[in-house]
Amino acid sequence: MLRTSLKALAIVGGLILAAPAAHAAGETVHIPNANFSFQGIFGTYDRASAQRGFQVYSQVCAACHSMQLLSYRNLTELGLTPAQVAAIASQVQVQDGPNDEGQMFERPGRPSDRFHSPFPNPQAARAANNGALPPDLSLMAKAREGGANYIYALLTGYADPPAGMVMGDGMNYNRYFAGNQIAMARPLNPDQVEYADHTPATVENMAHDVATFLQWAAEPELEIRRAMGVKIVIFLTFLAGIAYAVKRRVWANAH
Amino acid sequence: MADSGEATAAGETPRRDFLNLVTASFAAVGVGAIAWPFINSMQPARDVLALASTDAELGPITVGQAVTIMWRGKPIFIRHRTPKDIEEARAVPMGDLKDPATDQSRVQKEQWLVMIGICTHLGCIPLGQKPTDNKGPYDGWFCPCHGSAYDTSGRIRQGPAPRNLDIPPYAFTSDTKIRIG
Amino acid sequence: MASGLHNSDIPNPVLRWIDQRMPVFTMMQKEYGSFPTPRNFNYFWNFGALAMVNLMIMIATGIFLAMHYTPHTSMAFDSVERIMRDVNFGWLLRYVHANGASMFFIVVYIHIWRGLYYGSYKAPRELLWMLGVVIFLLMMATAFMGYVLPWGQMSFWGATVITNLFSAFPLVGEWIVTLLWGGFSVDNATLNRFFSLHYLLPFVIVGVVFLHIVALHITGSNNPLGIEPKGPQDTLPFHPYYTAKDSFGLVIYFIVFAVLVFFMPNYLGHPDNYIPANPLVTPAHIVPEWYFLPFYAILRAVPDKLGGVLMMFGSIALLFVLPWLDSSPVRSMRFRPIARIAFLLWTVCFFVLLYCGGKPPEEPFVTVSRFATAYYFAYFLVILPLLSRLEKPLPLPESISRAVLGGGPLPAGAAAKPMEKA
Repeated sequence: MLRTSLKALAIVGGLILAAPAAHAAGETVHIPNANFSFQGIFGTYDRASAQRGFQVYSQVCAACHSMQLLSYRNLTELGLTPAQVAAIASQVQVQDGPNDEGQMFERPGRPSDRFHSPFPNPQAARAANNGALPPDLSLMAKAREGGANYIYALLTGYADPPAGMVMGDGMNYNRYFAGNQIAMARPLNPDQVEYADHTPATVENMAHDVATFLQWAAEPELEIRRAMGVKIVIFLTFLAGIAYAVKRRVWANAH
Repeated sequence: MADSGEATAAGETPRRDFLNLVTASFAAVGVGAIAWPFINSMQPARDVLALASTDAELGPITVGQAVTIMWRGKPIFIRHRTPKDIEEARAVPMGDLKDPATDQSRVQKEQWLVMIGICTHLGCIPLGQKPTDNKGPYDGWFCPCHGSAYDTSGRIRQGPAPRNLDIPPYAFTSDTKIRIG
Repeated sequence: MASGLHNSDIPNPVLRWIDQRMPVFTMMQKEYGSFPTPRNFNYFWNFGALAMVNLMIMIATGIFLAMHYTPHTSMAFDSVERIMRDVNFGWLLRYVHANGASMFFIVVYIHIWRGLYYGSYKAPRELLWMLGVVIFLLMMATAFMGYVLPWGQMSFWGATVITNLFSAFPLVGEWIVTLLWGGFSVDNATLNRFFSLHYLLPFVIVGVVFLHIVALHITGSNNPLGIEPKGPQDTLPFHPYYTAKDSFGLVIYFIVFAVLVFFMPNYLGHPDNYIPANPLVTPAHIVPEWYFLPFYAILRAVPDKLGGVLMMFGSIALLFVLPWLDSSPVRSMRFRPIARIAFLLWTVCFFVLLYCGGKPPEEPFVTVSRFATAYYFAYFLVILPLLSRLEKPLPLPESISRAVLGGGPLPAGAAAKPMEKA
């Protein structure tokens, strides 16, 4: 029995291990671990960091990048009060309508509104950005190999191009971007934002905070999911124990 | 998981001892716990709950006029009542009412009647909003589906409906604006 | 016998009343209660039951996901994200469904491997085996169409590449592809019909699973020794022996499933599918879901379009004729020392193909895939037919009970004892 169980385990293990290994594409740069609070089975989001990250997003990234899958009401999950969320939402003008006269009109945002997009459509975004489309950031932490670590690496990975490298027009050198030429100019500069909690606004801190925020934006269910998983696995492990005991007893007279 | 319950609970020679019972109960709890996310997923989602309030502008509604607006996918009747409407509604003795409620308890400002425009019988939308509609014998609303008649306070006076038209939660945000929900 | 009530011996009067008119309880008792089952199953024989449970999980989660999903190119991606963010437990339903597909293939691959290793495809179980291959094909079609529904980049380009496979066929190829698309590219019509079929096919699978089980209960199960039970001392009633054993296996399966869903839900997925479909940009490196990779590697190992497609379909079509390619009367590889090594090597090749299928089409993966593909086919077409004639199998045990319970003849009482319950 043990031998066959091991065989089965080997096949399961083989299938599970071979699959993602197969995903790792050609030549990739090693992405360093940026040590986030949400890593590991019991990791949770550092709320203060994620709130600072939201500040970086709204004051820096939001000039070009939309986050269309998020609503202002979601920010309460980061520890903001409903009043704070309402105040943040009311700062943007949202197009609504048509009204009774058939006209579209602008009104202050509400918590139920989606994050305000900087451009009305992808064409406008391209036109304003030298032909490059700033991608939506809602799922960025899930849509790139490496996730939040990649975001951190990218934001801190700007450097001068190595000697001899010919850069395209308007392109910037980045150690971690595929092909090393990225249309986005270095987005974070020291003291670009002023944190209310007096955290020094270094590029590293801002990048770490905004990566935390984007990870939360991509996986808002992460904490609940893992907490539920721990309980379920403990329950199932106990159930496995007693199910095995029942099986042993049923089989006691058959061996 | 259903299997493990079956495995231990049934059997020709019942040996329902402690171990089997514990296993079966745990499996049953597991199956029950699995059912909950499925059922709960059919409840309103968070984006639906977040869209629960609507603003309405009362300024353009003249005396005697009624408008219908949408709130949570349901029609909201707003009637700018005439003094005659109000007088009629307040003159009715409580004993005549199927679902007794004073007119005062059904309005926040006496000229503005705000109700969910759904007949409390089986969910049709009563007539009475347009000037040409049949308002029924009590000069309020009349449900064409099964003949329920409501008065100028939206109270049920005749027909099969069990309750008065429901009042949604709302508040005046200014003299001429209300927020419903 | 032609008319009148069924002679039921169900004790409960209400159940007996039903059973006399529709003997489902007698049938269940016969097929899952007292059903004589070889006494020597190992844990590999859990995987049929696990696959059955997995199918039910997929259907249940799928039905509830469909209540929130919108099959339109402009809304599909956002509706999936709405499920993840706003629907109560929507993330759980979706992650169970997505990882459930992977679990289903893990379980079914082990189930098939078991069949290959212990010779479960051989007479008299040929039809049982072939129905299983039909289920496998239906599963692949269902999984492929399901992967298109979130309408991410991998969904779109996976759909484009896989439907274009059919364009390899001469004359009718282009016509078939246009028919599959319902247009001139993968578009809204394609998404809609894939949703419709993705909802339909699981129920077709349920039907074929039923036939699979009907066939199984005629021939009875194979077992690790590959010899037929010769009498009651070789079998045990299905209940409680195998219900108890399957239940234990099921809980272990749930633990693996839970770890995947709760702690690594995107481990087996591809990040690019969290980018909305864009018909103007192909991702730099497109791969199918992991469970298709071995066959994808075979496709790419062949430098000819039609040849690759034929080899890929052929690699599965071969399984239909496997019962006639392997004519050795000995089922279990335990008694076929050479075939056993050849088969284990085939297993290695399967993993090599799985690995290479996910790598870019460049050296050394192309050459490695070619060797692995060659061996994959050679095993079925050359090695098994030859070994059937040439190999001298080890002596088979006299009976299951002698092999399991050891040495001497069984005391009659001990062997009969479990059967008293039946």
